[in-house]
Amino acid sequence: MSFFKQLKEGILTNNPIFVQLIGMCPTLATSTSLKNGIGMGLAVTFVLMCSNFVISLLRRFIPSKVRIAAYIVIIAGFVTIVDLTMQAYMQELSASLGMFIPLIVVNCIILARAESFASKNKPLPSLIDGLTMGLGFTLAISILSSVRELLGSGTIYGVEVFGSGYTPIIMMILPAGGFLTLGMLIALFQYFMGKFQKKEDA
Amino acid sequence: MSLSYYFSIALSAILIENFIFVKFLGCCPFLGVSKKTDTALGMGVAVIFVMTVASAVTNLINTFILGTTYAYMRTVAFILVIAALVQFIEMFLMKSMPALYESLGIYLPLITTNCAVLGVANLNVSNGFDFISSVINGFSAGVGFTLAIVLFASVRERLEYAEYPKCFKGFPIALVAASLLSIAFMGFQGLSIF
Repeated sequence: MSFFKQLKEGILTNNPIFVQLIGMCPTLATSTSLKNGIGMGLAVTFVLMCSNFVISLLRRFIPSKVRIAAYIVIIAGFVTIVDLTMQAYMQELSASLGMFIPLIVVNCIILARAESFASKNKPLPSLIDGLTMGLGFTLAISILSSVRELLGSGTIYGVEVFGSGYTPIIMMILPAGGFLTLGMLIALFQYFMGKFQKKEDA
Repeated sequence: MSLSYYFSIALSAILIENFIFVKFLGCCPFLGVSKKTDTALGMGVAVIFVMTVASAVTNLINTFILGTTYAYMRTVAFILVIAALVQFIEMFLMKSMPALYESLGIYLPLITTNCAVLGVANLNVSNGFDFISSVINGFSAGVGFTLAIVLFASVRERLEYAEYPKCFKGFPIALVAASLLSIAFMGFQGLSIF
């Protein structure tokens, strides 16, 4: 499989958030501002790449009966690295992402890629799969968090956009706004993908 | 600790800090297995069970084994314990309570990757809860999860007959419904009793 085909799959046709709908918890919880969204996306991408690579290297040695437990231990190891690194060098981001960094362990995206891709493919394609899926996740969470930040606080990446006359819609950065925005974005995505596929069929 | 303290922990975990609508923990099973009310209820009961036991066990492990010396091993230790615990509960139920095991079915193994379980274990530690408070918090968080998923499942059953634009089919309309329910749960925010 070529790099660009995998890239297209990760970002568009098989996007973890918009198409597969996995990894919802961190997506909804940390998308209150673009800074948090990108931070979460990159953390997940890093863990996904490392765990895919290592699991793929070990795929012949892990007995299939205990594979899930083995995967979780490998993933938890990398998540601990990310967690401690963030606490040491990016305190502000670490504080705002809070408990969702350790919870990357149980993010379904990572286990799903380990099970469906890394356990069957060679290390290099698995590494690329981790990168492309991670980028797809980062892109989706960035879009979601920019919409929420723009409407909820009137800023993007901390820069004021609407000026001081704008009254922020507080609801958008509360949980309710997260569900609503994600629902609207997936609907939009399905709308355009539907149009696109009709064109391809015709 | 007084009774009112435990009551406030329980009330806070069920309503004010509802795991799904306020904390965003356990969204995957919430969206995945909420198409029918009875399967949602089954999932909810399984989650209550696992969360209560997991809170108790992780509290003991954190107090007596990890302490502050091995705090950096917390994520690895907790997730291993939860995975083993789920497997153990599964085997135990299969032997001793086949009826309950049958009704929970595939939901039990799925709970390992439910972030609400690891979430409640981490929260117990970061809030500094003792053993009894942890168990109460775990149990009530499970009850809150069940309440949310059952309510949501009954809304989704009604949605089957509703008319909405075609591109909203499937998850988008469910997410919009979840958003409305979440607004309803925001009403409990004023119930602060601490």
